[in-house]
Amino acid sequence: MDRVDGRLKVTGAAKYSAEYELPNMAHAVLVGSTIAKGSIKSIDTKRAENAPGVLAVLHYQNSPKVPGYAQEAHPTEPKPAGKPLQVFIDNQIHFNDQPIAVVVADTLERAMYAAKLVKAQYNVDKHATDFNQNVPKAVLPTAAKRNPKHGLADYVRGKEDAYKNEPLKIESEYVIPTEFHNPMELQSIIAHWEADNRLTVYDKTQAVIGTQNAFAKDWGIPVENVKVIATFVGGAFGNGLHTWPHETAAIIAAKKVNRPVKLMLTREQMFTMVGYRPHAWQKVGMSATKDGKITAITHEAIGQTSSYEEFTESTLQQTRMMYTSPNVTTRYRILPLDVSTPIWMRGPGEATGAFALESALDEMAYVLGIDPLEFRLINHTDKDPEKNLPWSTKYLKEAMQMGAERIGWSKRQLKPGQVKNGEWLVGYGMGVGTFGANRGRAKVKGTLHKDGTLVMQSATTDIGPGTGTAMVQIAAQNLGLPPEKIVFELGSSLYPPSPSQGGSATVATVGSAVHAVCQALKQRLTSMVAGNADTSFKGATVENLTFKDGYVSLTASPSARLSFTDILKQQNLPELEVSEESSPDNSLRQKYSMYSYSVHFAEVQVHPLTGQARVTNMVSCADAGTIINAKTAGNQMIGGAVGGIGMALTEGGVIDHRFGRYVTKDFAEYHVPVHADAPNISSLFVNKPDLINNPNGTKGIGEIAIIGVAPAIANAIFNATGKRIRELPITPDKLI
Amino acid sequence: MIQFQYVKPSKQKAAIDTVAKDETAMFIAGGTNLVDLMKRGIVNPEKLVDINKLPLRKIEKEDGHVRIGALALNGAVAEDKLILEKHPLLSQALNAGASAQLRNMATVGGNIMQRTRCNYFYDTAMPCNKREPGSGCGALEGYNRMHAIFGHSDKCIAVNPSDMNVALIALDAVVLVSGPKGDRKIPFAEFHRLPGDTPQIHTNLQKGELITSVDVPEHPYTKHVNYLKVRDRTSYAFALVSVAAALDMDGSNIKSARLAMGGVAHKPWRLNEAEQFLAGKPANEATFRQAAEIAMRGAKAFEHNKFKLKLGPNTIVQALKNAAGAV
Repeated sequence: MDRVDGRLKVTGAAKYSAEYELPNMAHAVLVGSTIAKGSIKSIDTKRAENAPGVLAVLHYQNSPKVPGYAQEAHPTEPKPAGKPLQVFIDNQIHFNDQPIAVVVADTLERAMYAAKLVKAQYNVDKHATDFNQNVPKAVLPTAAKRNPKHGLADYVRGKEDAYKNEPLKIESEYVIPTEFHNPMELQSIIAHWEADNRLTVYDKTQAVIGTQNAFAKDWGIPVENVKVIATFVGGAFGNGLHTWPHETAAIIAAKKVNRPVKLMLTREQMFTMVGYRPHAWQKVGMSATKDGKITAITHEAIGQTSSYEEFTESTLQQTRMMYTSPNVTTRYRILPLDVSTPIWMRGPGEATGAFALESALDEMAYVLGIDPLEFRLINHTDKDPEKNLPWSTKYLKEAMQMGAERIGWSKRQLKPGQVKNGEWLVGYGMGVGTFGANRGRAKVKGTLHKDGTLVMQSATTDIGPGTGTAMVQIAAQNLGLPPEKIVFELGSSLYPPSPSQGGSATVATVGSAVHAVCQALKQRLTSMVAGNADTSFKGATVENLTFKDGYVSLTASPSARLSFTDILKQQNLPELEVSEESSPDNSLRQKYSMYSYSVHFAEVQVHPLTGQARVTNMVSCADAGTIINAKTAGNQMIGGAVGGIGMALTEGGVIDHRFGRYVTKDFAEYHVPVHADAPNISSLFVNKPDLINNPNGTKGIGEIAIIGVAPAIANAIFNATGKRIRELPITPDKLI
Repeated sequence: MIQFQYVKPSKQKAAIDTVAKDETAMFIAGGTNLVDLMKRGIVNPEKLVDINKLPLRKIEKEDGHVRIGALALNGAVAEDKLILEKHPLLSQALNAGASAQLRNMATVGGNIMQRTRCNYFYDTAMPCNKREPGSGCGALEGYNRMHAIFGHSDKCIAVNPSDMNVALIALDAVVLVSGPKGDRKIPFAEFHRLPGDTPQIHTNLQKGELITSVDVPEHPYTKHVNYLKVRDRTSYAFALVSVAAALDMDGSNIKSARLAMGGVAHKPWRLNEAEQFLAGKPANEATFRQAAEIAMRGAKAFEHNKFKLKLGPNTIVQALKNAAGAV
């Protein structure tokens, strides 16, 4: 089925947050600091204030106070130690390009011009932004210090660091640079105080309800007085999971000038103000027997965070549960630097960890002289070795087989540098990914109208995966109504609550509530027909009825049927409304371990003289439970693979540590892959349900689409060239 | 962006007079570089003189050369029949630059005038002698991966970002300009400058002078040509190193050669000595490797661009191989 909003999107009719025009709207532009650490000595705003069209220049000395700033962290945030950045509260500078002022003017151009006229003088402190030079300052996250059983705490299964004494072993270090989400749509917000205590925002966010709660708390107003609209979101990859200073800056500005205010970050500000995938160092030690059984893995990681907030992610999770190794040690540390706080980015933690783990697997396979696919099969595990629980479902072996056949793995030579296409060296590599098959609690309202249409509503968002489309299909299948008669509305805080769109959990979470709505509607329709004068339905139950094409019929004698429309008419009902909340069954979650899986196969070509590497074929296979929509699921896999190509070959942020300031901050210097970098990408699905996870049998796709792609490419480059590149991105200079 | 005046004269003289008389005025054509620079506050013209009404768009064969109007679009030139037939190296270089969208906006004159992409030039919070003379060179001891290995000074190590310029210098193009003092012709090799002590002076164009066209003289390099650009992503990325190679072949021997590099200097970098070496030699990898070594004489790299000392000669060898093998 095509996307329900596909036409709106390709014709430009879909309205994104910055595209709303409100009467009397003003425009705001943020001014960023030009030092990384210190304090503002003085701020000269005179020229800006006198510039044409300027309505206000706000900074720490004159900004309206945000009442909730005195309180705790925002509920949407990753429960960090420390405090998220509060905008315009004092003169302290924590990172370069920190917002120090907001300029509000009647037009965007005038606000941009005036913003350039704001000049700050600083007391400069010595900053620390260089990861390598500050490694000794890495610390255990606070949560792990408090609780040694915490997922971020050091983990030992069997004997600690057991690989060290084994004869067949590898030990390697891996580095990934800072990477930026950079969705096409810039982060933007329109803040509108409709009354003193009533706020409406058109906001680019993945979390409608989270944002609503955060702003209600900030401003000390009732939650229902905050309306959050995010009907369309033009990509986010995680950076819409947080509420950020620019959002509050716009709300402050709107309060001050008493007009709706639009604030859209510039592309440069997308690199400093809305999070990123943190720079990480990792080390993997691994040992195995001659016949390929892994005997021990030690995986250490240090991830960058800011000086004012602890950002953590589950970098080492895959290492603890993916392979059957009796001895596993993991150690995770974070390194606070004078930079802005990172945020989850597609495949958060796991994509970083899998680069090291799956590269190390490949290195170990070479030490043993075993095919890397064979090596993974030898160490496949049918239960979770970390939690000692059975999997809810795991069809990774099937996925591996599908992928290996499609890429032509049998053409691969174990010895590097053997296959050539003209001057180009050809190589094949693979990488495995996993991510928790998460599910949360969501509520959906469904209204069956007497014209036979169903309208559902929930405050989830769609950042691109096609949420509305999937929900329509789930309802169509479960209620027996053609999809064109179903509408799913999302992206508004006026709808029943749903969690943020993150962690690959939306279809499992919201889809389960849609399932529940359909069951409830069927139950109500059944009671209506069973109590009907028409004797043929008398005593009917949901089990002996068939719901199809908008009709209810007796399964045993399908000729007796009633349309949903007629049932409502008979009851004299204009509509039938149900609201259902659905939550995961926690008792099942204690009995089973639930994950999605992916395996990626890459064919690359490398030019030996110029070091150019190109991915020439890519096959991504997933065990993601039931596939609701093959097109949108395939889209996600392809998007993830392209993101993985960027991670492997092109993307990386660079700071000039003398200034603690990024030097790569636009699309010309920060290389997001383009079409020419993306080959034909095949996505294949095992498509077997996980009914332990949820009634639709789905598991998430978004994260596993990227997790494991970068190592597949790095491993393929090794197979092509014999060069093991352990620091991403693998640019031409590393291959000559 | 500052408030600016905008005029669109239909006469060349009016356009030139306006810019010549007004210190803050600049010509604008495609705007693909200038508008970016204005948005970031790097250049702040108070008057823009849009030259798109001037009749400077034609690509014509004239006696001894092809004349390309300054307003001819990069995309149009790359696809032009006459260019493909007479100057395929130029077409290859143009197609290696920017993206299709930009090539369809950007003009030949604008491409010649394109400013460096040095990270420090682009960030007004950073030092840059080119943007703010006397503020220092941010790249010299900073992040200099993309920077020059030839012809740099301690004031500036930026590179010229254009691909087209590399082909034009290899092909001995001539830039025709018109100014308040009349018309003149500038050989391509003399158009751009090395930074020296005045990196803020980008070209040898005088205030008020307007590029009207580029003449590419006839030459025998219509078959064995290759523009090879090595970059961090396959499209829409500036060159780490690029090479324009053109050979006139006599069987398997080289009669004469043209060779130039991009991404290595403040101006497109012509490799005259390597060209002379190649003339009369057999076209094989050993010859190409020797030519590459000659070409790299005098190269000096910085902390992050040392790889160019190896990538440079490798790319020369590969471009020559591609050119020799091309039919």
